[in-house]
Amino acid sequence: MSHHIIEFKEVFFRYPDGTAALRGVSFRIVHGESVGVVGANGAGKSTLLQHLNGCLLPTSGQVTIGDLNLTAATRGEIRRKVGSVFQNPDDQLFMPTVFDDVAFGPLNLGLDKAHVRERVESALSRVNGLALKNKPPHHLSAGEKSAVAIAAVMAMEPDILAMDEPAANLDPRSRRSLIGLLKTFQHSKLVASHDLDLILDVCERCIVIGEGRVVADGPSEDILSNRTLLEANNLELPLSLQRR
Amino acid sequence: MNFHTQYFDLGRLDRLSYRRTAVHSLDPRAKVIATGLFLVTVVSFPKYDVAGLVPFLLFPVLAATLGEIPIGFILRKVLIVSPFAVFVGIFSPFLDTRTVAVIAGLPVSAGWLSFASILLKFALTVSAALLLVATTSFPGVCHALRRLGCPPIFVSQLLFLYRYLFVLAEEAMRIVRAWDMRAFAGRGRGATVFARLVGVLLIRTLDRAERIYQAMLCRGFAGDIPRLGTLRLRSVDLVFVAITAVFLGACRFFPVTEGIGLLAQGIWR
Repeated sequence: MSHHIIEFKEVFFRYPDGTAALRGVSFRIVHGESVGVVGANGAGKSTLLQHLNGCLLPTSGQVTIGDLNLTAATRGEIRRKVGSVFQNPDDQLFMPTVFDDVAFGPLNLGLDKAHVRERVESALSRVNGLALKNKPPHHLSAGEKSAVAIAAVMAMEPDILAMDEPAANLDPRSRRSLIGLLKTFQHSKLVASHDLDLILDVCERCIVIGEGRVVADGPSEDILSNRTLLEANNLELPLSLQRR
Repeated sequence: MNFHTQYFDLGRLDRLSYRRTAVHSLDPRAKVIATGLFLVTVVSFPKYDVAGLVPFLLFPVLAATLGEIPIGFILRKVLIVSPFAVFVGIFSPFLDTRTVAVIAGLPVSAGWLSFASILLKFALTVSAALLLVATTSFPGVCHALRRLGCPPIFVSQLLFLYRYLFVLAEEAMRIVRAWDMRAFAGRGRGATVFARLVGVLLIRTLDRAERIYQAMLCRGFAGDIPRLGTLRLRSVDLVFVAITAVFLGACRFFPVTEGIGLLAQGIWR
């Protein structure tokens, strides 16, 4: 299935203020792979994720999602394939009620009403959020907000899931159920996080980004048990691998 | 006036709309039209006509009672915004000093009469609008407006205003708290610091707007905010609009107050 492939070829990106955030990033993710992106603050993780859905376009180099090259012309098409979960759920939940918010994407895909309703209900029940249906987002707790934000993206049935710090602001139990949820998503996914235990649990592959470059790329168990590599990138061993 | 309590009061108006009463279950479009008619009728009264406005109090009182909305809550909200109306009307007693009536030996000037009419109109219109939101929910009103043919851009603006009012208030609350913790008596409390805080809030808001817009694009936004249409106009709704229209028309074009007064006098005799 070639259409779930993500490929970055020598991607450079410079922000308008001159900061070079990505300096030649290359990697290839095949269908069904689950990849963690880790790195120090400001290493370029969020910038990288924003290239997946065309929120940012590379200054040079090429991003390929499935069989499409990312350009201003194809980003609409690419957004149908890639579901992005933002760092702050308040940025993502913009509709007045949970139901309307989850229905927003499917309605924009042009699905008929019965179908939209079905998608919304199934996405919400996947995140255990069916009871929140008629609530306005500002009356939800942080954990509920992020569950709903994920449901809103799942309802579009994306081929690829891109998440930026999904577990930030979650209490341990919500975090645990998020991990369970992520494991049920069968398609390719890319998760940027400082929560290395979450990466270890959810992703079989891990990419370390440092100063806008790929510093290391390999199986999560190898990368996340390499103390020297991690410490050179402002990281440390996942708690589950720390022996005292 | 405390920032925090105001903030939570805002949520209360919102929560009132979750109730299920006869008023809540009316079609939002019917309620929007009825409220619109009410506002136009009230505003159309000439500026010295206070007596004619009195019967209109029945509308908010009925809506609040049937909708189980605490009247005290609505009155408090009306009071909070009342300074605007007071400022608009406060000069008429001084400018318009013609005596139009003498009550219990005190001359009443036309200015006082028009001042009273401004206040009454203000109380009627604001409470009607608040009751509309309290019995319909803000999104319900927006949805109704959209279905009644309001341009999508206008409706989206209203929806965002409602959605992000709470987020903005929280943001402001955080900034004020952080400032309060490190500003001590006399220091760091000047206007320049305040101006900078407002600037920070503006920049954060712009950043957020950018991120929200990106999130919308990611989910296929193309100018209109679609919503599953679940509204159905029942005969009850039509009857409600018809009765409201008749009531408003009667109160506007016939001297109802005078009629009741004469009737009362007749019984008295």
